[in-house]
Parts: sequence; C-alpha cells; structure tokens
Amino acid sequence: MSTLDTKPLIGRVEEVGGRVAIADYESGGGYSGARRALTQMSPEEVIDLVKDAGLKGRGGAGFPTGMKWNFAKGEPLTPGPKYLVCNADEMEPGTFKDRYLMEYNPHILIEGMIIGAFAIQAEIAYIFLRGEYHDPYDQLIEAIGEATERGYLGTSVCGTDFNLDMRVHLSGGRYICGEETALLNALEGKRAQPRSKPPFPPASGAWGRPTIVNNVETFCNVPAILRNGSQWYQDLGLTEDAGTKLYGVSGRVNKPGLWELPMGTPIREIIDDHAGGMRNGFKLRGLLPGGASTDFLVEEHFDLAMDYATIQSAGSRMGTGTMILMDDSICPVDMCRNLEHFFAQESCGFCTPCREGIPWVESLLTDIENGKGQPGDLEILDQHAAYIGGPSNTFCLHAPGAMEPLQSALKYFREDFEQHIKLSRCPYKSRSETSVSID
Amino acid sequence: MATITIDGIEYQAEEGTNLLHAVLSERLDLPYFCWHPSLGSVGACRQCAVIQYTSPEDERGRLQMACMTNVSDGMRISIEAPHAADFRTLVIEWLMENHPHDCPVCEEGGECHLQDMTVMTGHSVRRYRGSKRTWRNQDLGPFIGHEMNRCITCYRCVRFYGEYAGGKDLGAFGSRDRMFFGRYDDGTLENEFAGNLVEVCPTGVFTDKPFASHYTRKWDLQSAPSICPGCSVGCNTFGSERYGKLKRLTNRYHGQLNRYFICDRGRFGSHFVNRDDRVKNAAAAGEDGVFEYGDSNRVVEQAAKTLDSNTIGIGSPRASLESNFALRELVGPNNFCVGVKDSELELLNSSLEIMREGGFSVPSLDQVEQSDAVLVLGEDISNSAPRIALAVRQSTRLVSFELATGAEIPTWQDAGVRGHAQHSRNPLYVATPASTRLDEIATEVTSGSVTELVEVGKSIEQALENQEQASGLAATIAKDLSVAKCPLVITGCSLESDELVRTAARIAQALNRKGKDSRLIVVPREANSMGVALLGGELSLEQALERVSSGTTAILLENDLYRRASSDIVDNALENGVCVALDSVENPTISKSRFAFPAATYAEQTGTFVNYETRAQRFFQVFEPADEIQPSWKWLSQLATASGRDQAAWESFEALANDCASATFEELRNVAPSADFRSKDGSRIPRQTHRYSGRTAMRAHDNIHEPKSTVDSETPFSYSMEGQISSDQDGAVIPYAWSPGWNSNQSVFKFQQEVGGELAGGDPGVRLLDVSADPVTNGSAKNQTDSQYRGESSESGLELVTLNDVFGSDELSSLSWPIQKRMSSPYAVLSKQDAEELDLQVGMGISVAGLEKSLEVCIDARLRPGLIGIPQGFIQGTEFLPLKVEIAHDPDYVGRSDKNSDVIAKG
Repeated sequence: MSTLDTKPLIGRVEEVGGRVAIADYESGGGYSGARRALTQMSPEEVIDLVKDAGLKGRGGAGFPTGMKWNFAKGEPLTPGPKYLVCNADEMEPGTFKDRYLMEYNPHILIEGMIIGAFAIQAEIAYIFLRGEYHDPYDQLIEAIGEATERGYLGTSVCGTDFNLDMRVHLSGGRYICGEETALLNALEGKRAQPRSKPPFPPASGAWGRPTIVNNVETFCNVPAILRNGSQWYQDLGLTEDAGTKLYGVSGRVNKPGLWELPMGTPIREIIDDHAGGMRNGFKLRGLLPGGASTDFLVEEHFDLAMDYATIQSAGSRMGTGTMILMDDSICPVDMCRNLEHFFAQESCGFCTPCREGIPWVESLLTDIENGKGQPGDLEILDQHAAYIGGPSNTFCLHAPGAMEPLQSALKYFREDFEQHIKLSRCPYKSRSETSVSID
Repeated sequence: MATITIDGIEYQAEEGTNLLHAVLSERLDLPYFCWHPSLGSVGACRQCAVIQYTSPEDERGRLQMACMTNVSDGMRISIEAPHAADFRTLVIEWLMENHPHDCPVCEEGGECHLQDMTVMTGHSVRRYRGSKRTWRNQDLGPFIGHEMNRCITCYRCVRFYGEYAGGKDLGAFGSRDRMFFGRYDDGTLENEFAGNLVEVCPTGVFTDKPFASHYTRKWDLQSAPSICPGCSVGCNTFGSERYGKLKRLTNRYHGQLNRYFICDRGRFGSHFVNRDDRVKNAAAAGEDGVFEYGDSNRVVEQAAKTLDSNTIGIGSPRASLESNFALRELVGPNNFCVGVKDSELELLNSSLEIMREGGFSVPSLDQVEQSDAVLVLGEDISNSAPRIALAVRQSTRLVSFELATGAEIPTWQDAGVRGHAQHSRNPLYVATPASTRLDEIATEVTSGSVTELVEVGKSIEQALENQEQASGLAATIAKDLSVAKCPLVITGCSLESDELVRTAARIAQALNRKGKDSRLIVVPREANSMGVALLGGELSLEQALERVSSGTTAILLENDLYRRASSDIVDNALENGVCVALDSVENPTISKSRFAFPAATYAEQTGTFVNYETRAQRFFQVFEPADEIQPSWKWLSQLATASGRDQAAWESFEALANDCASATFEELRNVAPSADFRSKDGSRIPRQTHRYSGRTAMRAHDNIHEPKSTVDSETPFSYSMEGQISSDQDGAVIPYAWSPGWNSNQSVFKFQQEVGGELAGGDPGVRLLDVSADPVTNGSAKNQTDSQYRGESSESGLELVTLNDVFGSDELSSLSWPIQKRMSSPYAVLSKQDAEELDLQVGMGISVAGLEKSLEVCIDARLRPGLIGIPQGFIQGTEFLPLKVEIAHDPDYVGRSDKNSDVIAKG
C-alpha cells in the first residue's frame, strides 16, 4: 500500500520529502482525477461522486461539499459568469493546516479546484489567500504557472472545451474575511463585513453571481475521490465521517504539529501517539478542538473520536480539527481574555452585540484577571455568553463563535473565575504580573 | 394579506414585508435603529428583537430580528416576552457603553431617537466600567455639525448618503468598536441631500449647524406645516420658530411627494426670513427718493391715491396664490401680469395647454420612483428640482427589486438586493447641455445646444413612430422607452425652449399611444409658477413694463423685476412709473419704488402654492411677523379699501381663499381644513408642543406682564400648547411629528396608514388639473418654433445656455446665509477645448460682454465646444444676455476666498 492510499492529502509530500513540484505531483497520479472528470464525466456525475463520497467542508462547518456544489449547478437564472472561490484566509487561531497544504502540495489544491470549477461550470476561480501567507502565495503563483504551462489551466483545460482562469487574491488581512460572505465582499473591494443570508452565495455570491466557496483542505480531498472512487474515500474514515483529516495540536506537548489521519481518530490518540503526549510536569486540563471559536473539551471528552457528529454531541465543534491545549499551568481566565481580545479586535464592527459586547467581555475578563473583578461580573459574563451566543442574535457567527470558549470555560472552570474575584488576583500568577491588552 | 399574532392579538399584515414594518404599521412600539422605511433592512443594530414561535405548541420560541424576518401567514411572535425585552435592553446597554452623557447640552436632546429607545427599553443603570471612546470631529461645511462621540454605529448615514442619495464623500472607516463615519478629510459634504443626515441619524452625530448657531431646545419650538418655496416640487416641511426667528426647517412627511427627504436648498434656504435687511415698515419715497417712514395707514392712503383703473398689477411666482388673486382682483385681469419672464410665461402656458390635452399623466414623486425608464430632456433636474432627481435615482433601482425577487431575496433586504443587482439599472437617459449629477447612473448621456437637444427629442419621437428605420442613440432610447411599462419624460423651463417642452410632450403622448402608462413632468421654475400660470393675466411682462414706463402706477407683488427683465427696461419703468412694491427682503426693485410695504414671508403667513403637478398645497403661518409686516393680501386689501375698491378687500384669509376658489378652482376649498377645524377634544391644533417652556419668561426682560397670546382665527391652529394632535387628523394640518414615547421624527409612522405609505389623514394637497392619461388622437402638442426673447446676437462668440445651480439659482434661498456660504462664486462653464484655445484654466476669471461682474471659469467635460453655460440667478443680467456672447480673460479677477469662513453676515 502506498502512502497515498492512506494519506491522499500529504502522502506525496512525505514521499517526495518536501514541496511537491508538478512533475512529482503528476508522477504520483496527480491531475489524473481532473483529467478523468473533464474527459470522461459530466459535471453532474462529478457532483454525484463527491456527494456519494460523503466529503464534508473542512473549513469548520462540515457542510456536505457535493450538496453545496449542487446548488450552483446548471444554468444560472440570468446570463453571466459563475465563480469558484477557495477560502484560503486561514486566520483561525491555532490553525495552520491550509498553509501546509499550499506550501508543500499546491497542485492538489489546483487540481481540486479544477474539478470543482468543472462541476459547477465556473470559468473563473479565485484563491482568497490570507494576507500574511507570503510563502504560500509564492508557491501558488509558481504552481499556477506550472499548471497553466501543462494545460491544466487557461483555455482548453486538458484538451477539452472547458476554460479556467485561476487567480490569487491576497487578503487585506482580517479574520472576518474567512467568513464566506465577508470574503466575497472583500473580494469585490468592499468593506469586509458579512452579508445577510439569503441570498446564499450559490444563488448570489461574488458580484451577484452564483458562487461556490470551499476551504483549501476541502478542495484537496477531491482529486483522490476522482481517482479512487467514493467507496474508497468512505472507507478511509474510522467513524461515520469519510476520508482523512489534517489534525493539528498546539500547546505544551512534546511534538506539536500536524498529521493526516483517518477521520474519527480519537483525541487521546492524536495527542499521545502523534503529538508525543504532554511535556513533563504539565497536565492536560482542557482543549479547544478546532480553533479559538470552539467550546472547551475536558477530561471526560478526551477519548472521543474527532469527527463532526461526535464532537458536536459533546457540546463543541470539530471546527478546523487543529486543537489548542490548555494545561494546568495556564489560567483559564487569562486564556479566555486573550481569546476575547482577539475576537473583539477582529469584529467587523457591523452589528451591536459583536462590536460592543465582546469588548465589554474582554474588559471584564481583564479586570478579573488583574484582580479587579467584582461580584456580579460572572453574571454579566453569563448574560453575554447567552445573549451573544444565540443563533440569530448577531448578524454572523463571529460573535457566537467568540462566546463558545467563554461559555464552556464558565461551565468547566467556574471555580477559577470565582477564585480570581474572591482573592482579587490571579492564582496562577505572582502578585506583580498583570495582563494587558496589546492592540 | 397574512394573519399574524403578536402577543396573543391577531393582526392583518402585508405579505412580502418584514416583521418590523408590520409591527410599526400597527403602530405598536418596537425599538429599532438601523432600519429606515426608505432604506430597508440590514440587520446591523439588532435592536428590534422579538420572539418568534415555530408551532402552536412552541412556548420558548426563538429570538429573531423583526426587520430581517419575512411576514408569513399564521406566524406568531411576541414583543413582550422577557427574553426579547431583556435582549433589547442589553442592546441599548451596549450602545450606551460609549455614548456620552451629554443629553442636556446635545443638539439632538429632546427629539433623540436614541433617548426614546433607551427609555422604551428601560435601561438606566450603567454596568460597564470601561472608559468611553472619543473621536476628533470633522468640519463638514456650513450645513452639518459632526459629533462622532455620540455615534451608535447604525450605518444609516452612509446608507442614506452614499447608497440612496449617491454621495461619494461620506464613508464608514475603521472596524470593530472603532467605526468612524465621516469624510476622508475635513471639508464640506458635497451631496445636496446632506442635510437629511440630521434626520436620518438616530442621535446627535449629524446636526443642523445653522440651527445650532441660534439653538433652541426642540420642545420650545413653535411649529406649523409649511411648503418649501425653493422650487416647484412643493416639498412639505415643518417651519419652527422661537423668539421671532425661524429657527429651522425639517422634513414633513408627504407620502406622494418628498416622503422622508428634502434637499439642502429647502432645509437651509429659509434663513432669509431672519435677515436684518427685511422690509419692516411701510414707507413712501420722498422727493429725493429716500424712503420716509411714518404711519402705515397714511402710506396706504398716499399709495391708494395713485391707483386708477389703468393701474397694473404684477404678480409673482413666489407669492401665494391668494395674494396673487387679491392683486388680480384689485387691478382686474386685463391689467394683471403674472410676473414671470415672457419666455417663461409662454412655456408655462404651453405646459398647461399640453396638460389639458393629456395623453400622459403627471407623476407624483412616488410615481417617479416607480417609472421603469426615464428620459430627461433638457432640464438639469439635479439642480433645478433636486427632489425629483432623487426620485429618478430611486427609479433606476426598480430592476434590482425584480432581480432580487427572481433570486428569492426579500425586496426589503437592502444589502442583498444591492449586492445581487450590482450595476443593473433601469434605463435613464440624460440629454442636457452640461453634466448633471444624474449622469453617473445614466445609461447614456448626450449633450448639445438647445436646438440640438430639441433635435435629439425629435429624433426620439421619430424613432418611436418608425422603429424599424431608426438607428443610433435615438433608436436605443425609443426602444427602452417603448419596452417600459411606465416610461417617464422630464423636461423643464430652464432652457426657455417651447419646442423642447412640446417635443417632450409628444414623446410622452406617442408612448401613450403605444399603450404605455406614460408620464411627463415639465419642471417650472418656482414654487408657485404653476399657480400664477393657472391664475393667468392678460398682460405680458413686456406690455406691463411698457405701460409703467409711460407713467402708469404698478403694484409689484413680491417681485424683483430685475430678475424678470433686462435692467434697462426695468430701470425705465421704475423711473417713469409709480411703483408700489410689496416685498419681504430689500432688493433693487423695492429700493427704486415709490412706495414700499413690508410683506410677510411664507413662514409668517398662510397661503397656497401650486407645484409642478398642479397640486395646490397650504402653508400655514408659523409665527406672527414683527413690526408692520403682514401678508401681502392684507396690504392689498387695505389699498383696495382706501381706493374704494371694496370688492377686492378681505377681512380674513379664509374669506379670500373662498373667493379665490369660487373664481378659479373649486378644488381649492379642499386644500386644507378650514379655520373651524377642531381636534377630537374640541380644541384647535397647538403650534407649541405640550412641553413648551419659558412662556412667561420669554419676554420678561422687556416686561413682566405676559402678553395675551394671539387668537388665530384664520387657521385651525392656535398659538398655544393646549390641545391635541391626533395621529389620523388631516395630513395638511400636522404641526410637528410627535407621539407619546416618540419624540423624534421617527414618530411619523404613528401618522401613517402603513409604514412608508399615505398619511392616515390623507396626503395633503389637491390637484387643480386632472391630466387625462387617455390617448390623444389628434392635435397633439403642436409643433412650434421658439420665439426669440434674447437680445441681438452677433455672429461670433460662444452660444449661451442657461444652467441651474441648486445653491444660488433660486432667489430666496440664496438670501439665506448658510446657502450663501455654500454657493460658488458666480461662474461660467466652458468646454475643455474652448478653455484650452482661450488659454483659460479653472479658477481664472472671464469678463462677459454685457455683464458688469466677471465670472469664474469652470470646465465641463460634457459641454460642447462653442457653448458657454452660465447659471441663472447669481448675478443680475445673466439671463438677458444675447444668444452669442463674447468673453475675454480678466487678469484682475480674484475669486471669492471667504467661501467657507464666517465672514458673511448672518441673516
């Protein structure tokens, strides 16, 4: 069995031992999926295959990819272009999986996007790239050049009558640009604030045209599905969810990093077997399973399988699948303060609860952390967690996401919060340290 | 219709609207900020939260923003549910984190929507311990004050200014909790609708700067319904007074006309009322020509002695219909001249002729917004009637609502509709001599001289008759107009071309014959141009002035003749005839007259203006004028009595208005309720709010005895705070917008049948002409070549086209100090090519043969080489220049440097 059979995403990187150039990519079967789709299949067949494979969006929400593509298939209501957009604005704290893919295996993304563009019959594709991703930018530009040279992009892709123009758009740099509709506004040159849905992007996206937005890792899953079929892909997963996943771990473990593992690998296995377990003297207290905007999981959850449904039933979200660990030396209040500082800073400023509510939360957490907490502060935090966290209370999911770590911290680590207020200081710190927000 | 249940009570609501619209249409209280009936929903403030239940069994429900929720049949919601109420209170608490506690000194205080909503939600104790964010404010020019610290980030300002009104220089800057709304740098807001920011902003970020300069707390204002005298649209306004000064003017909702917005000429153009050089007392010129003041009765008697059966009356398109009628009765129709330029009179008469002939309808502004293809032929409405241009701007969005519906986007979901439509717009063609502010949204523009524009019109007309053979732009325009359901043609009087107006009419009629609901607007020049035209007079101005020059007495009603005829003719008349002038502000005509009588301005009297649709509308006296000032018709009545013409003397406005109706249009009786109108509680309508304060102290520095307040027997109003305003009383007599708990102009929904719809008591005014949209078969607007009113023309020189400027072309508003600060120096517009050939650059001065003052050079990309555009109204005589003018560089020209400083004396 070749590495590629179990690690379709980055197996070739391991085989090659570094960045996969186009020749290496092709010799490992690269672009045969795209060729198969374009020369032997109809767009509908491609969509059905992806649907059958059970591929779910890897950006965090886990929406079935084939179903999303299906919304944009066929002729649009009014004549004009359709767009395919790759969301490469990877700004979720603790998440670095897309960057790895783009830096080391850019052609798998391009091939996935070719297949996606063909499936929805879009002839223009954008990669919306995080502004700070200079290296991936260089790699993508180089790879797009290589692919164009070999006839995978441009006019007559793979010798068919399908054309595809692929462009990289470097983001101005805001977390909210990762929200797909804010991304589209930014792409159009407008303020990066989210749009109200409906209309959903498949009906009216970039420049009012049908648009499909998928995450980098999602696209990267597609070429192998085309090559090996849906059954093969489903069999890769250990649980109900299909395929493999790039799982990442950051925190005080022996080997922080990123691994392609079967979907549904248990949390403890990821931490102990792949990340080398906790460093000496540190005990794992809790973790954010898929980025900063997911609820804490604690001891009782560590044996759960990392897949969409399991983590959801535990009250959190798998999100990006790249977990941030909190060990027993870290003050949960300070960690929340740090997270809320990020979310307050990254609010687009459009709706009130997010714009004004999160800064209040941050200032309360700063007060509590610095020993200036007052009785009643926790109730205000509870109120914010409940009212900002509600499903349609805010314009988009940025603020509810911001409340996920807070509300779970208030649930699992409430004693820590109470201690801070009671002692008028942070029990984790010496008396002279204070937490400050740096803008 | 959908049945919806709100807190256990069933209501009928319009399907396809949003829930907030439905809730407010039932006049229920639900706080909101970012939603605006004309701007739609965007869901930014999250203030209008309600609980929506998903099934009859559902007891918890789900929090939803009413403004972002579609009304559907059978839906059940709660406004009062604790979860929703708590959330709304929390939203206010969030907004208050950074809002200053400056209500007592804030210009908005007392009619602040944020104050009202804060009280409504019950938030009172501050829990947030952080410090407040502060901003550096900007100087946004003479109209608008800026106080960013008060901002609650509702995004209404940028949505109105940029998206609705097409302004380019106000933006949302920054992000997170540091959103700044302003310009990229200090400077005057460019858009001519900037003043609406004052009313659109739910709190005190954007405030009325001229009002702030002589500030009065809102509840201390005495107000009455008024009509804007700034142009022929007849926007409804509230005039508000304190201490004998007209303090400010605000928008008065009219469902078919101005709705929520008026232009800056209207809003800031009223300060001429407070000028120091108002004519205050009656006077007669002594031997030396200097006015001598004395007993006004004696002046009346002296003036009356000069009247005889030949006495000429010159009316005015800026005076009320009633005063014009009184003058016509005094001198007789044979001796009455309506007081507009003869070229304009011809145009007005043509317009009336065309309207009587029919074959199109004359649209109200809400119908303009619903016209799916528009041709603007010859008239720069963005300057001569800005509110019509704003409506045309909205009409180009009709297709976006269609596209949205196709994509299942609710039409009220503003960002979605705009984002989906992108640049799709309805056809709009602008054929004018020079650039207009509608050009940027026009499908195509075309330029040319007056004759060339007439030709453009004619070729469109031909293309409509014979579509197969047509080609070029005319064919495209004809095609777009013929595929529209409600094509609209707009033309006007500015270019003084009868042929142009008639061609426009024939285009509308041709479209009508094709089965279209075709529409036509002919924009007259002034507030009551249509009124005087309908009243009519036998004399042309030329005839009248000729007779005055031969020594006849003339009564001049609120009319500066130097704006109507060339100065040599007027000089001659004023020197040789006996002129009895009635006017409100000093002008060259009154200073050369034999007798001067101080006339009330529109704010100090009750009267009627007739707008472009022939809609007669009543403006009411806001406050009693000072000194000897009184409405012109009162002076005329006194002159009539003193000269033994009792049939032309009236004791009261009501008697005059009734006689005017009998003699002209019976419909005039229905313009507004009569003086015997009483509210439900039997009282008159109070001009003062029930919070009016300081009544006993106002004059205490003069006299501790409080004068008895005047009993107003002429109108349904009282000079009092006692009485009741009911929300469904006649729309013409709402003195200010107020409803319990709703102290700001947001309260207007309490007076509407449905949010954004007709006023509950009916939209004010009656149309005097019933223009029939039935197709005309023959004799349609006959061809006519233009008469030549201009002076002798030389062969060489540049051909003159008359332009308009929203700030400066109108007589009264350009006497208002804020407008004066906003006005450009007198200027002339040249084509790029001519400027280059003459070695002229923008900002240089040119002298124009026939004009005393030099003009500043502007360059317009659209003006055809060979033409020169000069805006009317800036300096005397521009309108009486020959068709071809000689220009030369004026090396000594110094431009006005004080444009944005405080140098100009305030009125």
